[in-house]
Amino acid sequence: MNGFFDIPSDLQHSYGGLIAIHLQEALVPVLVGLLLALPIGLLCVHYDWIYGPVLWTSTVLYAIPSIAFFVVLIDYTGLSQLTVMIPLCLYSLVVLVPAVVDGIRSVPEETNAAASAMGIGLARRYLQVQLPIAVPAIMAGLRVAVASSISLVSVGALIGNQGGLGNLLTTAQLYGRPRLAVTSVVTTAALAIVIDALLVLLRRVLTPWEPPSGGAAGRSGAATTAEDAATRTPEGAS
Amino acid sequence: MIAIEDVSKRYADGTVAVDRLSLQIPNHSITVLVGPSGCGKTTTLRMINRMVEPSGGTIRVDGEDIRSRPVNALRRSMGYVIQNAGLFQHRTILDNIATVPRLLGWSKQRARERAAELMERVGLDPAMARRYPYQLSGGQQQRVGVARALAADPPILLMDEPFSAVDPVVRRGLQEELLRIQGELGKAIVFVTHDMDEAITIGDRIAVLRTGGKLAQFATPDEILSSPADPFVEQFLGADRGIRGLSFLSTRDLELDRSRVFPVGSDWREIAGRDPEGTPVLVTDADGKPLGWADPGAWDGDLADLEPYGPSFEVGRDSLRVALDRAVLSPTGLAVAVDASGQVLGVAGQETVAAAIRVARQRRAADTPQETASASAKAGR
Repeated sequence: MNGFFDIPSDLQHSYGGLIAIHLQEALVPVLVGLLLALPIGLLCVHYDWIYGPVLWTSTVLYAIPSIAFFVVLIDYTGLSQLTVMIPLCLYSLVVLVPAVVDGIRSVPEETNAAASAMGIGLARRYLQVQLPIAVPAIMAGLRVAVASSISLVSVGALIGNQGGLGNLLTTAQLYGRPRLAVTSVVTTAALAIVIDALLVLLRRVLTPWEPPSGGAAGRSGAATTAEDAATRTPEGAS
Repeated sequence: MIAIEDVSKRYADGTVAVDRLSLQIPNHSITVLVGPSGCGKTTTLRMINRMVEPSGGTIRVDGEDIRSRPVNALRRSMGYVIQNAGLFQHRTILDNIATVPRLLGWSKQRARERAAELMERVGLDPAMARRYPYQLSGGQQQRVGVARALAADPPILLMDEPFSAVDPVVRRGLQEELLRIQGELGKAIVFVTHDMDEAITIGDRIAVLRTGGKLAQFATPDEILSSPADPFVEQFLGADRGIRGLSFLSTRDLELDRSRVFPVGSDWREIAGRDPEGTPVLVTDADGKPLGWADPGAWDGDLADLEPYGPSFEVGRDSLRVALDRAVLSPTGLAVAVDASGQVLGVAGQETVAAAIRVARQRRAADTPQETASASAKAGR
């Protein structure tokens, strides 16, 4: 184990501390992204014509390299975690907005008609009917967004000490200690896998009403759209 | 009472879905809107709870213009059942049914008690309360849909092709269930279907609509079958409206033949001697229940040698249509008539049924058509 886990003191954090920072910088932006995507997605379903421009904008934002964001943001937010998290939040929208839109659209027509016929108002219908039914699609998007965010945080190392586990990569280079790079990469991957497993578990808890997967019976429509949403992510950006 | 007065629905592109429709929908009865696709039947239904706003005309419920109430309050006062049930897939059966009571501000406890009561009323196993919609069959989901619509005990029930997506056997069960529930609750039900058979089975009155949203005929099923208003209605009824019309004629006055019914242990030789042609006789057990047909000259008394008598009909409950059907199916051409306890009252041949049809027709021609029709309408389903 020698060399893998003794972290140079200039990083100012222990191994566990780096993990905590890494998770915080990765998850908070996705959470904020989700809070933004919920109303944006609803608007896109309600006013169909804005979905195109919204999708276009979020894709363009996703295509901007994070370094470019840092250059602009440093003037306002300095060498802080916020500078790393703002671009990550914007990146997450490219997955989360379509996930929310697909999720709401996966609500069967009869369900919407029944809700409206029973006198369930628009706001209540969104919160109590459409959103719960959209959970599988949204969770699928969330998994992609979280995994990508966890891997992207490391870029923060470029603006000083803000890359979480990514800082180990620069340190490895600086001190010629390749083992630290291995620690960084393996830990990041492990984090992504563990968090993803937790999200799968969360989804199960939230959707006791879903037919068990693998079974041909039941409404598999929602699940299919969810998987579609997940694979639609543009690849290799930033 | 729902009064649809001169109501039209025109869309921006110029299509006319409903054209100056006027209908009086009485309380305590089932009014069916039937017609081919594009006849505006669903649009009409949806105008009643304002899911579609009319472009002209007025709809009143008990004299009050439906536009005078807030739309969601109006909708909560009307049950709505939809094709494929439209259940909330993320809620349990119990919570699906409790939806409207909860919206009306009932406590969770009271709403669930009410929901459990309704599950029983629509014939659902209480064990299903905690299940989710995907765990139910199509027919069961539709029952939940009906229970959900009835949950807040609305005076009006709107049903939009509710049974169209289930198989014929299940559909028949659901129709019978609906009639039973209606017998207990007496709602004003508006029922949309494209299936004339379904309309005849469940409707107290039927509004036949033609493409373009015009009313072709509004009458009882019996009247529509016996005197369709025009060639369109006649064509929509199909080729066998005469036979189907027999559903509304009772078997009560059928002249049954008792002379060919004998209990086991009769003197078969003597019976055979009376009738040298050897026409078959119906053998009954000691309680008068039918056992089967026998040729008295050739039969040795062995019950296993009896010819099966096939399905029978119950006098008074079944219609002449059923009696005729049983006669056609019978190996001897004679239908077996029983009473409610299953005892044989006699037998009837196709000619007997035909004679009864003639009598019923004459009697109807003498009476005012409307009155007899509604009185005997549901006599023999």
